[in-house]
Amino acid sequence: MFITNVAILVLAGFVGYAVISKVPNTLHTPLMSGTNAIHGIVVLGGIIVLGLGEDLSALDKGLLVIAIIFGTINVVGGFLVTDRMLEMFKSKPAPVKQDDEEQK
Amino acid sequence: MSAVLATSLIHSGDLIAVLYIISFSLFIYGLSGLTGPRTAVRGNRIAAVGMALALLATFLIEGMGNWVLIIIALIIGTIIGIPSARSVKMTAVPQMVALFNGVGGGAVALIAWAEFNKTNGFADEPLTFIIPSLFGAIVGSVSFWGSNIAFAKLQEILPGRPIGAGRLQQPLNLLLLLIAVGSAAAIASGETATIYILVLLIASALLGLFVVLPIGGADMPVVISLLNAFTGLSAAATGLALNNTALIVAGMIVGASGTILTRLMADAMNRSIPSIIAGGFGGGGGEAGAEGAGEHGGTVRATSAADAAIQMAFARQVVIVPGYGMAVAQAQHAVRELATELEKRNVEVKYAIHPVAGRMPGHMNVLLAEADVPYDQLKEMDEINPEFGRTDVALVIGANDVTNPAANTNSDSPIYGMPILNVNESKSVIVLKRSMNPGFAGIENELYFEPMTSMLFGDAKSSVAEITTELAAL
Repeated sequence: MFITNVAILVLAGFVGYAVISKVPNTLHTPLMSGTNAIHGIVVLGGIIVLGLGEDLSALDKGLLVIAIIFGTINVVGGFLVTDRMLEMFKSKPAPVKQDDEEQK
Repeated sequence: MSAVLATSLIHSGDLIAVLYIISFSLFIYGLSGLTGPRTAVRGNRIAAVGMALALLATFLIEGMGNWVLIIIALIIGTIIGIPSARSVKMTAVPQMVALFNGVGGGAVALIAWAEFNKTNGFADEPLTFIIPSLFGAIVGSVSFWGSNIAFAKLQEILPGRPIGAGRLQQPLNLLLLLIAVGSAAAIASGETATIYILVLLIASALLGLFVVLPIGGADMPVVISLLNAFTGLSAAATGLALNNTALIVAGMIVGASGTILTRLMADAMNRSIPSIIAGGFGGGGGEAGAEGAGEHGGTVRATSAADAAIQMAFARQVVIVPGYGMAVAQAQHAVRELATELEKRNVEVKYAIHPVAGRMPGHMNVLLAEADVPYDQLKEMDEINPEFGRTDVALVIGANDVTNPAANTNSDSPIYGMPILNVNESKSVIVLKRSMNPGFAGIENELYFEPMTSMLFGDAKSSVAEITTELAAL
């Protein structure tokens, strides 16, 4: 099982490399923000450990609750802030630009 | 009973696995959408759907309990996350990314800590569980504390200049790393006392602090990117420990992308990643800058908004060079208005975007896009540099180090060799700046002492607005 997981890990690394090396410079900040949101997936780890934990001490429950809060902030904040950034790229006033060129 | 339970386990296990596969496919598909401005919004949302699906799948795991705590934690996280993402100004996005990145790393470290306690110090756990968990604890902790320092520096809670122990810094960091790894080795070889995990976490935390504190502000984008990659790797490690494919794939994709981004950024600054981590960039720059200013003894020429307006009104081509100063002053809309005014006079307006202008790659593009600047007027460095020779006015708005000719000419300068925008080849240069303070890297800019350069001091936004008013009145 562990070796299978390592194989998945290695392949995921190459997939990430292949997909992301095509991103243009101008989208690097949103990309960083977007990938940042994706690693918020650690929230699942917190949920699983807390959900499946039997006889957890109060300390451990506290740690895991904070971990889930942190992970959720990472996911929710990350996707939202990326969305806000990208919304700005969406409206392309292309027609206006063409008018400019015609004037010249 | 056992047969029924077994079949239901297999089924729900398969369902969860399928949902995970769909969700990481959506991550990959979504990220590939980020390759173009047109598909990027959709790409991000697709990735978000993937995340929701992964969360749903996790809820289906058999035998889950502690629902109340889980739901409360999710709600609290959402309540904190939404307003902070909604209200953050576009100029403050880099530090927000640093903060979001930090909490992700913190989550990894906390999970590893709780796992350690839960299993009585990883007693009777296989090494394939222990090693990824400890890796996650170290890297997550470094990422959490390092990101918080990066946040504090960008937010100007801490000074941007390097803070460090000088020569002792490297041995100190190495010692902390050895302590962290040593504790990990002790735990892996069977030590179960709580003190080991605490020492590991504290040493990693101090390492995170001490690695980022001495790094000058100019290198901060590279650091955030590197820490982003770290958090991704630590998430993947958590996935290995918990045998969770969604975590492995998503974490590793982030690890790979963060590494590429970090290298691209470091390349753009002609800096190697190890030398950035070694730190002290801004410190050395301060000394070299002081010498530089002494050698020059040159004078700077101040100008007025009216003069600047006249120069630009009769130009054929104006290149606007935005930098962090534009971001701080929120001047992007004013800049767009100025450009519109110039275009009315048939002046050709272009924007020169240095890869590391601002605090993150693409920072300037985001801001200018917010102000509806047409995408095709934004020129990257290689495209615009040959054009400066036939540019009448280069308008530098709060950009400093990326225009410093010392990078081409002065081999003693700490930024020597960094590719810059060759604004000094333009017929005239107008620099909008708050004061003569050196830039974020703490290096004096020779450009300001050149004969074709004139300085317009003041807040970038009001300066640009004044020029626009003067221009309209001409």
